[in-house]
Amino acid sequence: MNAKPEKFIIDGLRLDGRRPDELRPLKISAGVLKRADGSCYLELGANKVMAAVYGPRQVHPRHMQDATKAIVRYRYNMASFSVGDRKRPGPDRRSIEISKVCRDAFQPVVIKERHPRLAIDVFVEVLQAGAGTRTAGINAASVALADAGIAMKSLVASCAVGKVDDTLVLDLMKEEDNYGQADMPIAVIPTTGEITLLQMDGHLTRDEFGTGFKMAMEGCQKIHEAQKEALAKCYQMKDDGGEQVGE
Amino acid sequence: MTVVDKSVAIPGDLLSDDASRAGEGTYVEDGKVYAHYYGIINDREKIKIIPITSKYIPKRNDVIIGIVTDIGFSNWIIDINSPYDALLHISEYPERLEMYNMSKHLRIGEMIMAHISDVDYKMKTELTMQDEHAGILRNGRLIEISHNRIPRLIGRNGSMINMLHKECKCKIFVAQNGRVWLSGREENVDLACEAILKIDNEAHTSGLTDRISEFLMVNKGRIS
Repeated sequence: MNAKPEKFIIDGLRLDGRRPDELRPLKISAGVLKRADGSCYLELGANKVMAAVYGPRQVHPRHMQDATKAIVRYRYNMASFSVGDRKRPGPDRRSIEISKVCRDAFQPVVIKERHPRLAIDVFVEVLQAGAGTRTAGINAASVALADAGIAMKSLVASCAVGKVDDTLVLDLMKEEDNYGQADMPIAVIPTTGEITLLQMDGHLTRDEFGTGFKMAMEGCQKIHEAQKEALAKCYQMKDDGGEQVGE
Repeated sequence: MTVVDKSVAIPGDLLSDDASRAGEGTYVEDGKVYAHYYGIINDREKIKIIPITSKYIPKRNDVIIGIVTDIGFSNWIIDINSPYDALLHISEYPERLEMYNMSKHLRIGEMIMAHISDVDYKMKTELTMQDEHAGILRNGRLIEISHNRIPRLIGRNGSMINMLHKECKCKIFVAQNGRVWLSGREENVDLACEAILKIDNEAHTSGLTDRISEFLMVNKGRIS
């Protein structure tokens, strides 16, 4: 569909005109679904994801329940129409792995001991994919969890860094992800700087890893601000007595 | 330096440098107070965070309205509008009953007013009906609002609920789990329901008692 571009960075700017340390345009709205306990719709560049949180609620099947704390379940799913060629619907090897690592990204922030025997269910639906869906999903899920009134240590923010044309770039877009030299998504607790997810494919030198990590961390801080803003705005909407409608 | 300047908190927000001010819905780390919930900041002697929405979690001594969902060997299983079910043991029923006639006295689908006698570490919740306001609620109307707004419905020292009682001339029982039971003449109950739903919708706004009072004045002609 899109062939490998000859150069990724021309005159210091990337294919879509961003500087190497710039995020794609980000839009977050909280509380968009009525039936879910908490929800969030997020757009990051070409990505469109919807996150819904149910719970705390009773665990089915019962054998999964934990008598001492709540369990967190996370389902990452790509819609069949989210990519160019129709994706065969349902969980596959890739989405099962992503669900697992994203679930683990939330384990340290959710106060599970508050709700013994219950489950907190997170559903992330990728409606349109354009590189970095797991990070977009984590960002949306984090806002949805807060919106559901779940006790948390903090929000989680997530962002990827990568390497193209031997240059470190923040928040990869599709071409950079497909043909770049490295891709490293991270998720952090922005208030403390603790890492809850770190994956990498491709190659980075030790120095590149260090600087790349710092870039991603700064990206996460920016995303964290946007998440907070979205939640504050959602409250404002409720305050005005208005129903929130997607733009 | 870290004075709270806005009314809404987001999990992880720094609320105060003084650990002794940590209240409900907050946690302390390295001597600083942070928010646990996405909610409204209540900044008195202690800083509290009241979640905007959350599920009802049973607490000992809460008065609740429950619905019987099942009958066990010696317990009724009661839905208390929470992710946790509650148990009402046969011995906690106001009369002495035998196991075989439990369903004659309290059937599935019936509504009770009871209070929570115990919640253990596994959140096993036990109810008792041996209490002055406990009883079976037959005929009347039940509405559900968010349990987070019950304090607003009651008002400071019961100001809001007393006003509703007086103006609507009907019985209103407010339970901690977000259920409200009303009984009386149809028109009166209708008006009370409308007022309660209005409180539920506008719970976070200031001057609510005045607005509700005005609402009741305007609609006074509807009741008898």
